[in-house]
Amino acid sequence: MNVMSETTLENAVNEKVAAAANERIKMRGEKVGVFYGDKQALFDVDLLVRQNQVTALIGPSGCGKSTFLRCLNRMNDTIDNARVVGKITLDGEDIYDRDIDVVELRSRVGMVFQKPNPFPKSIYDNIAYGPRIHGLARSKADMDAVVESSLKRAGLFNEVKDRLNEPGTGLSGGQQQRLCIARAIAVSPEVILMDEPCSALDPIATARVEELIDELRENYTIVIVTHSMQQAARVSQRTAMFHLGNLVEEGPTEKMFTNPDDKRTQDYITGRFG
Amino acid sequence: MGAHTVTAFDEDLQEIEGLVRDMVSLARSMVDEATQSLIVPDSALAQRVVSEDAVMDSLQRRLDDRAITLIGKRQPMAQDLRAIVGAIRMAGDLERIGDLAKNIAKRVDAVGQSTMPRELARSIEDMAELVLEQVQGVIEEYSARSPEGLVRLRDEDELIDVRYTSVFRELLTYMMEDARNITACTHLLFCAKNLERIGDHVTNIAENAYYVLTGEQLPVHRPKQDETGVPVPAA
Repeated sequence: MNVMSETTLENAVNEKVAAAANERIKMRGEKVGVFYGDKQALFDVDLLVRQNQVTALIGPSGCGKSTFLRCLNRMNDTIDNARVVGKITLDGEDIYDRDIDVVELRSRVGMVFQKPNPFPKSIYDNIAYGPRIHGLARSKADMDAVVESSLKRAGLFNEVKDRLNEPGTGLSGGQQQRLCIARAIAVSPEVILMDEPCSALDPIATARVEELIDELRENYTIVIVTHSMQQAARVSQRTAMFHLGNLVEEGPTEKMFTNPDDKRTQDYITGRFG
Repeated sequence: MGAHTVTAFDEDLQEIEGLVRDMVSLARSMVDEATQSLIVPDSALAQRVVSEDAVMDSLQRRLDDRAITLIGKRQPMAQDLRAIVGAIRMAGDLERIGDLAKNIAKRVDAVGQSTMPRELARSIEDMAELVLEQVQGVIEEYSARSPEGLVRLRDEDELIDVRYTSVFRELLTYMMEDARNITACTHLLFCAKNLERIGDHVTNIAENAYYVLTGEQLPVHRPKQDETGVPVPAA
């Protein structure tokens, strides 16, 4: 990991804009690049993630948006030939520093995946798993409280409160995804990464998750990858457009979907690509 | 701008743009015929303008219907979204232009009973000519995708305002000269005001078209030269 002593010009400008709007920067990517073996998948990405905002990453398949998302909690470490260059900070701290505890990092930067992936355990244990391994609950009563508040924040508690000991895999797709969000929340993360969280859900379950994202924004910073332009427009405050491994354009969502600056963004969001 | 991946999307957009063109073309001929029917005077032509207003209304309804279906079906974004919303708003202005042309035509019989002085007929005809140029110009500049042309056209509305002020004063003179002119001149004053209002609708269309092309709104204030509201010092 190359450590850069100074911020990039792009980020410096964006940071001033954010400061003027009283927005705090939670995460910062500077000149982030990713290689899979010899092949470079991401090139010099400069991106600021604003606290308590939803940042949507959009772009055609293979553009690097999920690759970038996975850099934000070092999920790419799990891929043997993946190499990340540049710098990513969380509250100013380099997350690729040697002294960083990756397990702790992932408790601060949680992740929700495309396909709901509850553990083959009870609903209760799905939520309790994270707090248990991180030692966040000292007693059964503590753990009960964590499970209940996480399920409530994920908008699932009322639907499952009478069957907490039943398997999480028995829930509907939408409920499973909200269970995964509850599981991510249970370890009190600061940032939640979502990789196409609604792509396997029906429109009603999607609407519930979108409503949830809007509520979660109050307490968490969210970065979401989505293929749905409408979803990005509905849930996010900032949108970043990726193409061929490059960050093409980033800005307020409202502007990105009504009058984007870059022709590639324009072509992609209006369905004129390829 | 390239084609959409879904070709039917382009066809839907073209259909809406075609309807806007049809409405512009109809608006132009309605204004032209209404003015001609007033100057000649020609009751049959005036009647035709009145009946054309129904065609204009049905074009607007069709456009609204197609635009709403397109939004529902395709969820347009960026310039596509601006083009659809712009078309709906332009259609509203064009429909009003049709109404104003019809209002002029409906006064033809009332004015026709008295003789219009030749100079006055020429003044109104000149004013109508300017308005027609504006109606034609707005669709040409929009088709040529020229934001600069649209700004120029919007500013040229000033010329119509100046002409309206002059017609207003001319009419006052005729009314003061001979009280028997008052009825006809009042009708003509309404006709001139309708032409001036048509100019304002063309300005709205130019502003909308500018937004569609650039995504930016033009400043609200523009030059206004209608001085008929300015008190004239007592002689």
